[in-house]
Amino acid sequence: MEQTTNKTIVSLKDIFIRFDGEVILNHINLDINEKEFVTILGPSGCGKTTTLRIIGGFVEPESGDVIFGGKRINGTPPNKRNVNTVFQKYSLFPHLNVFDNVAFGLKLKKMPKDEIKKRVTDMLATVDLKGYEKRSITKLSGGQQQRVAIARALVCDPEIILLDEPLGALDLKLRKSMQLELKEIQQKTQKTFIYVTHDQEEALTMSDRVVVMNNGVIEQIGSPEDIYNEPVNAFVADFIGEANILNGIMLDDCRIQILGKELECVDKGFGKNTPVDVVIRPEDIEVTAPEDGQLVGIVENTTFKGVHYEMSVRCGKCEILIHSTTSAEIGSKIGMRVIPFNIQIMNKLLPFYDNVIETTVTYSNQNDNLFEFELEGETVTVPNKYYEEGTKLKITLPPEALSLAADGVGDLKDLYIESVVYKGEHNEIILESDERKWLMLSDTDEQVATYVPLAFDFSKAQFEVISEFSDKEG
Amino acid sequence: MKSRKPSIPYIIWMVVFTMIPIIMIGFTAFTDKNGNFSLQAFTNAFYYTNIFVKSLWIALISTAICLVLAYPLAYLLTRMKESTQNTLIMLLMVPMWMNFLLRIYAWVTLLQDNSPIDMMLSLLGIHSTYIGNTGAVILGMVYEYLPFMVLPIYTVMSKIDNGLIEAAQDLGSSNFTVFRKVVAPLSVPGIISGVTMVFVPSASTFLVAQYLGGPDDIMIGDVIEKIFWTDQNTGSAISLILMIFIFVFLIIMNLFGDEEAIA
Repeated sequence: MEQTTNKTIVSLKDIFIRFDGEVILNHINLDINEKEFVTILGPSGCGKTTTLRIIGGFVEPESGDVIFGGKRINGTPPNKRNVNTVFQKYSLFPHLNVFDNVAFGLKLKKMPKDEIKKRVTDMLATVDLKGYEKRSITKLSGGQQQRVAIARALVCDPEIILLDEPLGALDLKLRKSMQLELKEIQQKTQKTFIYVTHDQEEALTMSDRVVVMNNGVIEQIGSPEDIYNEPVNAFVADFIGEANILNGIMLDDCRIQILGKELECVDKGFGKNTPVDVVIRPEDIEVTAPEDGQLVGIVENTTFKGVHYEMSVRCGKCEILIHSTTSAEIGSKIGMRVIPFNIQIMNKLLPFYDNVIETTVTYSNQNDNLFEFELEGETVTVPNKYYEEGTKLKITLPPEALSLAADGVGDLKDLYIESVVYKGEHNEIILESDERKWLMLSDTDEQVATYVPLAFDFSKAQFEVISEFSDKEG
Repeated sequence: MKSRKPSIPYIIWMVVFTMIPIIMIGFTAFTDKNGNFSLQAFTNAFYYTNIFVKSLWIALISTAICLVLAYPLAYLLTRMKESTQNTLIMLLMVPMWMNFLLRIYAWVTLLQDNSPIDMMLSLLGIHSTYIGNTGAVILGMVYEYLPFMVLPIYTVMSKIDNGLIEAAQDLGSSNFTVFRKVVAPLSVPGIISGVTMVFVPSASTFLVAQYLGGPDDIMIGDVIEKIFWTDQNTGSAISLILMIFIFVFLIIMNLFGDEEAIA
């Protein structure tokens, strides 16, 4: 993959967009170079398709600039942009045959007939559909329709091809071969490809650069190797490939504590005794005799995967995943070693662990032994605890005090699930309410980009009085 | 083979209310008053050839006008906000809640001499008769059947995948080209069913011409209605011929539909 000093062909500058009041893209910046195969990767609802549609001209950003070849092209309609799209559902014209579908764009350019014929025939050969000219679109298989859609976009000779999850509807085998074919076509035609997908493997296979998005922001941009080997945070590490993501404490430069053990690593500059996220890829863990290991665990499960064994090892309360060419018996004790270079340290996704609320008691009742306070427009009742009205409180809710509630009974409604990361013991879920973020632990897999109600268990909370009843009214 | 049991009530209905009447009409058409085989009824029917041709002609013109009015209307509807679309479709349907005869009477009141329309145009110095001619008949028919043209075209157009429109724009089409190369060809099935739904009833309609037309504007539907009082055999023969014409028309329309083969 050449990463030479290529010219920037399209830039998104500080793009912001909302649909129905909901932020879809939150001030993103992205430069894409000529002849580059860039993949925008993220879970559904992260804003990746919107990013593509902004480049295509189907969506106008609320603010920010779209720069194409040095010119600002905000407001230019799709038909005036030198960009062609391969749509998710192909969107082939059902009333036209294969030839006329591919020739659609060229005919609009008023190209001579024999030139159109030559170009379309050549393009159909490129996508392996020689001799399909007269076929009806509706009689083609999914893979063939896919290739017609690619040919239809490519034949117009645009500077950029946008691809919106074009392989999503195909079966696994076909998808794999189409991935390689797409990459080949891109190299043959030397066009800029911007590819949107939620499939991390697809992104790693095809791209020169990968843009990882979540919740309307870009988390990381880099080569597939960078993204895989040096994820910037737990979200990226979790989304790309398999990973052991653990909570750790950075004791000092190059000293990390995980699972109660102190290990050597290569990262610096996190400060002393800083909580961090640690990523260790399953293939980077070496299985040793128990006495030689940095960590010791009991094998709980082992599965033969062809190239390697996949082992699940219990290490204290934590589950660790290992890919190893040698197997160990279930129930046996093994040692594990990781070289310092393979321990990747990342900043926590959130700057806090416990959820802290600072609030004022709005109502209290000594007989019932309860009090209430206001939180983002909702009244929250705290049972079995009494503070006088007007008391300023600091309530510390550890992640385990939060749980997802059934519909209609939560203390807070409609929280957005921003990320779900498995930390070997529990899922750490980051939720976003109107005004802030929350950290929660859960043993069930929740779906990111969905909305859930949240309940607080105040018996696990700590209360601290900041000041007694103040004379201020209210 | 699939079980046919659920379709039994439908079959009974068809036999009792469609098949038997058609057989009876066929039988009556080929007999004389005494029930003997005779082609006299068809010979009589030829007296009405002119009216027959004129009826089909009026139906054709009404259908054409309906199409010209309905097509752009349906297209504009699909480009509006959904709530506006629903309101306008509703408004289009409202007149159909009223009795057919009443609507025709309304036109009589509007078009006759000294009607509001006549008086307003007189003020502008235009003096004319607006009722009792073929134009008034066609106006009545267009008014009557316009919704039957709008609705199928609108339904087909609004089902056109927005992705196709975006794809056409993406490949360089202006709005007009999108319409010409994508929307128009894909709306053909709607045109076919609209034309069918307007032409078939307007070819056989009656009363409209009696109320809005002049003495020469009698239509074949009116002839059938009148003649049945005195001569059921000739009436049946004319009905049969009309039925055959409509049947041929439907076959032609279906051929069109097949050719376009829309998925």
